[in-house]
Amino acid sequence: MTLAETCGCRLLYSSDQSLLLEFREASDRLLLTLDVIRAADLPGLVNLHPAYATILLVFDPVETTHAELAGHLLPLLEHAPKRASHGAIRTVEIPVRYGGTGGPDLDWVAEHHGITPADVVELHSAADYEVRFLGFAPGFAYLSGLPGVLATPRLDSPRTVVPAGSVGIAGTQTGVYPAASPGGWRLIGKTDLRMFDPSRNPMSLLEPGDRVRFIPV
Amino acid sequence: MISVQSPGAFTTVQDLGRPGYGLVGLSRAGAADPVAIRLGNRLLGNWENTAALEMTLLGGTFQFHHGADVAVTGGACGPAMWKPFRVAPGGILKFGPITGGVRSYLCIRGGIQVPLVGGSASTHMHGALGGLEGRALRKGDVLELGSEEASGVIRSGLRPEVLAALAYRSTLRVTRGPQADRFDAANLARFHSQAYKVSNNSNRLGIRLEGPALSLSDGAEMTTEGVPLGAVQVAAGGHPIILFVDQQTTGGYPKIANVITVDLPSVGQLRPGDEVRFQQVDPSEAQRLILDRETLLRSEEIFL
Repeated sequence: MTLAETCGCRLLYSSDQSLLLEFREASDRLLLTLDVIRAADLPGLVNLHPAYATILLVFDPVETTHAELAGHLLPLLEHAPKRASHGAIRTVEIPVRYGGTGGPDLDWVAEHHGITPADVVELHSAADYEVRFLGFAPGFAYLSGLPGVLATPRLDSPRTVVPAGSVGIAGTQTGVYPAASPGGWRLIGKTDLRMFDPSRNPMSLLEPGDRVRFIPV
Repeated sequence: MISVQSPGAFTTVQDLGRPGYGLVGLSRAGAADPVAIRLGNRLLGNWENTAALEMTLLGGTFQFHHGADVAVTGGACGPAMWKPFRVAPGGILKFGPITGGVRSYLCIRGGIQVPLVGGSASTHMHGALGGLEGRALRKGDVLELGSEEASGVIRSGLRPEVLAALAYRSTLRVTRGPQADRFDAANLARFHSQAYKVSNNSNRLGIRLEGPALSLSDGAEMTTEGVPLGAVQVAAGGHPIILFVDQQTTGGYPKIANVITVDLPSVGQLRPGDEVRFQQVDPSEAQRLILDRETLLRSEEIFL
């Protein structure tokens, strides 16, 4: 059920305590809008679940309603900046040991693409990535920017345990496992950085909108 | 202080959860039956958000080093439900199987003291954080209790008509999900008429349901989007899953419906093998029910 439409976005009824802001496509505009929403401190808003082209807004249904929240959101959407100002962008560097025991699939990925392992490392670490959103597991960042030549299919059968810090490729995506979990991504390296640490503030190393560089060590 | 002599089948420290971390992929967690923990705490004069023990399927055995006032709420787990009683110093509380639901709350005046993570004591199993070391209780664990100084008056119990009004439901009311239009009329009708069985493979992340599979008009593929608590996702096999308190914050399966807020405590009490049905209500009805429920829960008239 569409509650409102403006500037190429739709507000949809999601549940009795949430609404879904939907953009036509994944774009920087979503990240800029997310910043605006976070800064606005909207009454009754308790949580945000962003994804590729949507932001789920969870609210306290005793404090506010869909209509009230939509009423606060519409002017924000109309006035949200369309482009990022340069100073606001944060770049996080992630040191990675490519190959070896932490990156058991590096050679396979190289062979799959008919290039050398050193080429894979060069391509993967030369690219600029951007955190689109976090999901799947706490601290797991969906990154855009993997060079198309590195797009690699997942493992046929997932590993039962992938260690925390493993850097992998799956399809057109790359990312870092924040905690040990089962997983089907092709592992090309490992970082010692803790992507997610509940005893730290902030818990997550990465936030939506961060730029990421992988640094070979 | 209390010592865990037996943790039961699965017991965690919970409060009302940790909202605000969806941005980094961490869901809210908190009590699976928030009404039970709120009322248990209010009966004891605690703040509603005070940490308690959530016991699942089979309750545990706990020794109290000092005397304490406690209340047991939620699924029935022993004779003294929904009314505070006193445990003597050195006393042992031993709980058995949970019936009439699947989760019981052991609330203690002053609450359970654990280090807060992101402002909450609740254990998030998937994120391995909060509660006691981010895990379920084990035999031999020792839990600190909070100070009783700030606590209010202890009540003698709840009016029977209040408990009747809060009875757990096997027909869950739902609003229409954002991808309901991907299901044709026959499949939507089937979803709202047939009984589903709660799978053994259900937990705080999600309640898996078994029954005749639903089919989607144009496949189960969709772009991953933010998903709310209580969303009913239909995965590729055609079986619904209710996303629950330790849920993933995003999901890539169509959502046919969403359990309404006032029926979420009933989801928290679904036991493997239980039968559930879904009944659609309007958003305005869902909203009215929330406000009615909240008026009831905040009232002073609910106590004996």
